Amino acid sequence: MTTEQALYKYCLRLGDNALIQSYRLSEWCSNAPLLEEDLALTNFALDMIGRAQLLLSYAGVVEGMGKTDDDLAYRRGERQFTNTLISELPNGDFAFTIARLFFTSVYEYYFFTELQNSADTTLKAVAAKTLKEVKYHKAHATDWMLRLGGGTEESNTRVQAAVNALWMYTGEQFETDKADAMLQDINIAVDMPPVKDKWNVYVQEVLLDAGISVPVADYMQTGGRNGVHTEYLGHILSEMQYLQRAYPDATW
Amino acid sequence: MVKTAYSKEDILHILRVIPDPEIPVVNIYEMGMLRDVLLTDEGCEVILTPTYTGCPAMGLIEQDIKMTLNNHHIHNVSVKMVHDPAWTTDWMTDVAKDKLRKYGIAPPLHSSCALDVFGHNIIQCPQCHSGDTVLLSRFGSTACKALYQCNSCREPFEYFKCH
Repeated sequence: MTTEQALYKYCLRLGDNALIQSYRLSEWCSNAPLLEEDLALTNFALDMIGRAQLLLSYAGVVEGMGKTDDDLAYRRGERQFTNTLISELPNGDFAFTIARLFFTSVYEYYFFTELQNSADTTLKAVAAKTLKEVKYHKAHATDWMLRLGGGTEESNTRVQAAVNALWMYTGEQFETDKADAMLQDINIAVDMPPVKDKWNVYVQEVLLDAGISVPVADYMQTGGRNGVHTEYLGHILSEMQYLQRAYPDATW
Repeated sequence: MVKTAYSKEDILHILRVIPDPEIPVVNIYEMGMLRDVLLTDEGCEVILTPTYTGCPAMGLIEQDIKMTLNNHHIHNVSVKMVHDPAWTTDWMTDVAKDKLRKYGIAPPLHSSCALDVFGHNIIQCPQCHSGDTVLLSRFGSTACKALYQCNSCREPFEYFKCH
């Protein structure tokens, strides 16, 4: 594997995470429990689609085959997508969506904080920009975790169930492989163990404050980063890519 | 070779008429988005820094730049998005902040307030200037704004979040 191939993979994974998470959050548009929440979740979706555009455009440049961000978003099949499984799970109820946003935004907050020091100037710039936005996502998700956990018996039961169900999908966020190691050697990629430690400390602290038990199961799901997905990603793509597949090269 | 009769300063001046599509009282220079103009043998390159990564107004601004310069017979215009350093509300000019206030939008505090994302900053009502205001919703009609209400004059208003 060359450095370019490793960097392509790295950008693609980050871009796919942003794209698929954005897609899921946008499904809340006009469906959130209150108007302010509708605005919040769709605003986050917009931040993420912007991040996906930057990262997928850059992945296309690094690959050097002339692909645009749209080519990568709309013209790859399920097995070529490298987002984490946690990004693609269906929204479930509001508690499930918030718990997912909590786990991913806390991870992103610590991850992009570190990526700001990347030796790659594009990734460094994307990280600085993203961090400003992710701060809001993390603060919002944290507040809701405390509110749902400390709310009624019903809200506590639901958010606890969401945390239990999502826990085994959180480990994949910290996985690394050859490509990551290669880029870490030249100070482009983030060193993951410290990110994982910080994530653990913050998550446990908030869950405890919220009266939510921290799951102890250590079995973790894996596969998304290497293109092996849950049954849900194919359904996302069939809707998301419909237009470009039915009318290739359509523009407006 | 394309020679233009306009200097870099002329072009920056021409581009100042382009409004922010979502807050038309301020222009792209006042918002701090218009960073530079480079004149080369191939033409004219305009350097922009987007406010938010997903800001849907950027495409429109790019079109407006090309159209405005074409109207001045400046062709071969390209627009380049530069993301480093990242845009900050601190780049907004004082004139822009004043215009926002008159338009009914509370201007952003200094970006250092973002460390405490939804902290206890006092946001002044753009109508009656009272500091007794309350956050209604962290997110508003666009990615860059939050919704507040003034307890003194009861008027709801938008606050441009510091970034």
